[in-house]
Amino acid sequence: MPETLLDVDDLHVHFATEDGVVRAVDGVSFKLERGKVLGIVGESGSGKSVTSMTILGLTRGVNAKFEGAVRYKDQDLLTMTESELRRFRGNEIAMIFQDPMTSMNPVYRVGDQIVEGIVTHEDVSKQTARNRAVQLLRQVGIPHPEERVDDYPHQFSGGMRQRAMIAMALANNPEILIADEPTTALDVTIQAQIIELIDRLKDDFDSSVILITHDLGVVADVADDIAVMYAGRIVEYGTKRQVFYDPQHPYTWGLLGSIPRLDREKPDRLTSIAGAPPSLINLPQGCKFRPRCPHAFEKCVEHPPLENRVAETPPHLDRCWLAVEEKRELREHTIRGQAAA
Amino acid sequence: MSTNGTPPLLETVHVKKYFPIRKGLLAREVARVHAVDDVSIQVAQGETLGLVGESGCGKSTLGRTIVRLLEPTEGDVRFEGQSIAKLGARELRPLRREMQIIFQDPYASLNPRKRVGSIIGDPMKIHKTATQRDRRKRVQELLETVGLSPEHYNRFPHEFSGGQRQRIGVARALALRPKLIVADEPVSALDVSIQAQMINLLEELQNDFKLTYVFIAHDLGVVRHVSDRIAVMYLGKLVELSPAEELYSRPIMPYTEALLSAVPIPDPDLSEQRQRIVLEGDVPSPIAPPSGCRFHPRCRYATEVCTRVEPPLTDYGNGHLAACHHPLNVDEETLRRVQAAPETPADADGSALPQDSSGESQPVPDEAIPKSG
Repeated sequence: MPETLLDVDDLHVHFATEDGVVRAVDGVSFKLERGKVLGIVGESGSGKSVTSMTILGLTRGVNAKFEGAVRYKDQDLLTMTESELRRFRGNEIAMIFQDPMTSMNPVYRVGDQIVEGIVTHEDVSKQTARNRAVQLLRQVGIPHPEERVDDYPHQFSGGMRQRAMIAMALANNPEILIADEPTTALDVTIQAQIIELIDRLKDDFDSSVILITHDLGVVADVADDIAVMYAGRIVEYGTKRQVFYDPQHPYTWGLLGSIPRLDREKPDRLTSIAGAPPSLINLPQGCKFRPRCPHAFEKCVEHPPLENRVAETPPHLDRCWLAVEEKRELREHTIRGQAAA
Repeated sequence: MSTNGTPPLLETVHVKKYFPIRKGLLAREVARVHAVDDVSIQVAQGETLGLVGESGCGKSTLGRTIVRLLEPTEGDVRFEGQSIAKLGARELRPLRREMQIIFQDPYASLNPRKRVGSIIGDPMKIHKTATQRDRRKRVQELLETVGLSPEHYNRFPHEFSGGQRQRIGVARALALRPKLIVADEPVSALDVSIQAQMINLLEELQNDFKLTYVFIAHDLGVVRHVSDRIAVMYLGKLVELSPAEELYSRPIMPYTEALLSAVPIPDPDLSEQRQRIVLEGDVPSPIAPPSGCRFHPRCRYATEVCTRVEPPLTDYGNGHLAACHHPLNVDEETLRRVQAAPETPADADGSALPQDSSGESQPVPDEAIPKSG
């Protein structure tokens, strides 16, 4: 029986703003098992980053309201106090942020920033921690780590900074690594390096990974399971093969179609998803994707639950009223952009 | 390389752009950043040239030099046959109407204190191409053209999403009905789903307005859809230039091969089967570029000759040029022909000049300080 490390159960995160309540996360549930990689995919504003930051208690504030539970090894992170939570942050659950340019402190040496994380959670000498920092930088592929450990962040390139961020995140051998768009700010060549690195290190460190991205292509290599998020909800959840080879939700089809494919003939037009994501203050009634969906019909004004319509094990969940057979017929056209959207 | 007898709309002739690094009390020049090093390309009317490479390869610098936001250190830029490399601000002004640029970051490239109406309308005011009454109507038409609503006229940039802001940037570029648009990574800051919308929009506009594009990107997947020809740059040098589809089926330069293999394929099985060439390390410093072929420290085919001799840009036929000592995907016959006639085509060479690996001793005029555009 695989061990469940993290259990996010019907999580709601709402923010009160001047304009109204922003329903950033609206009923998200998933489980992360030891050694697995979960890819969370969605556009800006789909709630993927808020979900991951809430796991670490980084969205707390006077305007934020939480419901549901985030259980890490049977302890609820959502109701913990800040000081209790601090034992877990960086130590058991670590995070890599999107922008390596702004997520490091520019006035401290890279090594010192890694050392700080180590001595916060472990009773070791500065020298031991420093040696560990050098070792970590070597593991993430920084050349001449003995020298570079004393560099400042501005002396590193974008890709190297992201490597250093990964080293920092792994410093305390965390059980869970959350990578929030770790490659979005980087060149494709560096993106390939970083994804390979995360994949390799998760085995070395025996960690589980939550990989957040807006590009399904990025998770095609490394993810075990994939959750597709839209407007604060998971609209499709399944294994990598289920989501790529039998995608059930029209939004997933749109995401798959939007990626320029080098392995296929060049189409006249790229498939795109019409329109823009809805405002999280004024969500459409029923299925949240309905206004952009080329296949919407009368039933879609009712909110579809997330369930296993394909009747498969492991469960392949989706939130779409269309019948499975109908979807299989429609989808190739949609992905290839032949539907009259 | 021009596809027919008419002169190209845009031409760069041995363009070099070096940025001096100054140090000390006297601000003496201690080194130079070789951002663009001897690039000659031509862009025909109505064509889209894709310009591809990693960060720091000089593609943005070249783009900015083309629209004369930067002055080239050496070489010439010709627009419709007219040399524009040394023109002053006043002489450039009428040309600004003909060439526009779309910037990468839709958050930084729009003035947050101006309304959309004036962001798009001010170019018309400055160039006196429309009266005040006309202007409002024209701006609203442009907003519709790029897929926004005319009611957005009085809004501020912060009220829009990233994709919408980029559309405002496109509308601003179109405001003066330019002939040439340099699009500098117009989609890399956008979500994948919005990228596709943006690329489709740019293609539609090209047809409607008969535009010529120089499309800069670091991702070969994106440029394939818009480009007729693609130029690959590495550390300031043009290393491969090819008709678009041929570049994908038959890359000659190993760097291009590596760039292609870095593009993710959204199919787990294919992705697993595929042999990935992961480039080690980063692009070296353009202050002291490597000797010989600049790609040799990261190249898996590199041999001794690559560290010594800079490969000339060679024509492999069908408008496909590449600079490599160990060309890929070239049949024996072509290779023999190329080796027998090593002279490079007159309009595309530059790299065949006598070697100077460091570049530091080259005489370059001192007043090569970048001027703000």
